[in-house]
Amino acid sequence: MHPAYSVILFTTASGAGYGLLFWLSVMHLLGVAPDGRWLLFVAIAVALALVTIGLLASTLHLGRPERAVGAFSQWRTSWLSREGVAAVATYVPSGLLALMWLLGFGSGVVSALLALLAAVGAVVTVYCTGMIYASLRTIRQWNLELVPAGYLAMAAATGALLFGFLLALFGHAPSWAATLSLLGLGVGAALKVYYWQTIDADEGQYTSEMATGLGHLGQVKPLDPPHTRPNFVMREMGYEVARKHAHKLRRLVLACLFAVPALLLLALLTVGGSGAMAFYFLAIGFAAVGVFVERWLFFAEAEHVSMLFYGKQRA
Amino acid sequence: MTSLPEKTNKKLGLVIDLDICVGCQACATSCKEWNTGGYSAPLSDHDPYGADPSGAWLNRVHSYEVGEGAGSKTVHFPRSCLHCEEPDCVTVCPTGASYKREEDGIVLVNPETCIGCKLCSWACPYGAREYDYDDGVMKKCTLCVDRIYNETIPEVDRIPACVRACPTGARAFGDLGDPNSDVSKSVAKRGGYGLLEEFGYKPVNRYLPPRMGLAPGGDRVETPSPTASTVKPNGSAIERLFAWADQALSGKA
Repeated sequence: MHPAYSVILFTTASGAGYGLLFWLSVMHLLGVAPDGRWLLFVAIAVALALVTIGLLASTLHLGRPERAVGAFSQWRTSWLSREGVAAVATYVPSGLLALMWLLGFGSGVVSALLALLAAVGAVVTVYCTGMIYASLRTIRQWNLELVPAGYLAMAAATGALLFGFLLALFGHAPSWAATLSLLGLGVGAALKVYYWQTIDADEGQYTSEMATGLGHLGQVKPLDPPHTRPNFVMREMGYEVARKHAHKLRRLVLACLFAVPALLLLALLTVGGSGAMAFYFLAIGFAAVGVFVERWLFFAEAEHVSMLFYGKQRA
Repeated sequence: MTSLPEKTNKKLGLVIDLDICVGCQACATSCKEWNTGGYSAPLSDHDPYGADPSGAWLNRVHSYEVGEGAGSKTVHFPRSCLHCEEPDCVTVCPTGASYKREEDGIVLVNPETCIGCKLCSWACPYGAREYDYDDGVMKKCTLCVDRIYNETIPEVDRIPACVRACPTGARAFGDLGDPNSDVSKSVAKRGGYGLLEEFGYKPVNRYLPPRMGLAPGGDRVETPSPTASTVKPNGSAIERLFAWADQALSGKA
């Protein structure tokens, strides 16, 4: 599948934003987050800014962005529509929470309730994003329960890193924040490796003989293509990354998104509080590159069944 | 609406005879000609006379080589929307622009509400939907919905443009939900099949398989190529005259 940069930016930025919103809300709910007025407001503002940048970026790949409001109507069947509804619904409690924190109403029953709703909204929205892909039976690398799980894990890991950085920015460097990020990275790495093993083990259940229904006559090979140059279907669905290249990029993801940030956090836990901001800053820089490549690969490694009509033997 | 109808009153669709199709592209060209001036905005092309031409087409004709060596054969293979009974291209649509009609089963895109997110094309295993970069919406076979019910054109033309154009009669149009329709009868007689039935979208269009020809294992015995000696004279006076002249001149008397 062709990796659209607007969709990569959308899913990574809004994923990190929802991850941050989730951890901020949960830690506030548990009474663990420091009660600083500006810390809370800046943190939730950053989360909402990332989410908004992502949602705006997602409209860039639309042919008719001015009609995007129509996309909220079909939540009964469409995961894309559900994602839109969940995203907008999550703005309500998180926006109110941001306003309360800006005005200095730190904590109480109302903020706890809003934080709970924001945390649930963040999880539901990211799950819907994952399900947009996981619901497509045409792409075996996406049609897996591991896909929404992976989206949730990447959001949690990148959001935790951002949360740790913001805490450090305001002079807090609790060890639980670093541990949280480490946990997120560990779970994310495990899921990603398991995902790659799963898609490598599945060679695809459909063949070009099945697609054309001509298998009883022998092997099916393309003789004359229907067009002299690639059409929309080939450009959009036929994008493929070389296996060797993909494996190189997988190693880059493991290093940038997981290993380097984890080592930095372990160093931070050993060294202690001072310089926490620098550690987090570096970790976020590496993780940003890593998550972008991870999302690019998610598209580039995905094979579409329709390519069976264009010479692919199996999908 | 993005929800699929529980059942459709008809199952309008195409039957394509792979034994007859010669891959002339008349159906694809005629489809493009009709649909670029009809139902929706024109089907846009980019760089049509340049080095990298592309454009939105609703019907594509592949040619495949099937089998090996002397037993192989060329199969021309037209491919367009199959108007499936349970397709995800309809249910994934976030706006309801992609829909299946209850009255006749035709799958359409409303060009007024489509936002061009392309998700429906991702959901189609047949590669039947093509995005129009100029119009910013998805395009697909409409089964010529603006011809088949059109009372302003002669009755003979009230069939899809591809069927009307096919010079060999390899394409037929009708109600595949009615077992007594001509298309259903030809499907029953010839063992018509749907594409990638394993996938489960329940395609409506049917393909009639190519008949076995000279392929080893086929039911025909290979006959020697005709030579001059295998052509027997029919014994007419003029033929006898030429045979005599031939023999006389070649000195074999």
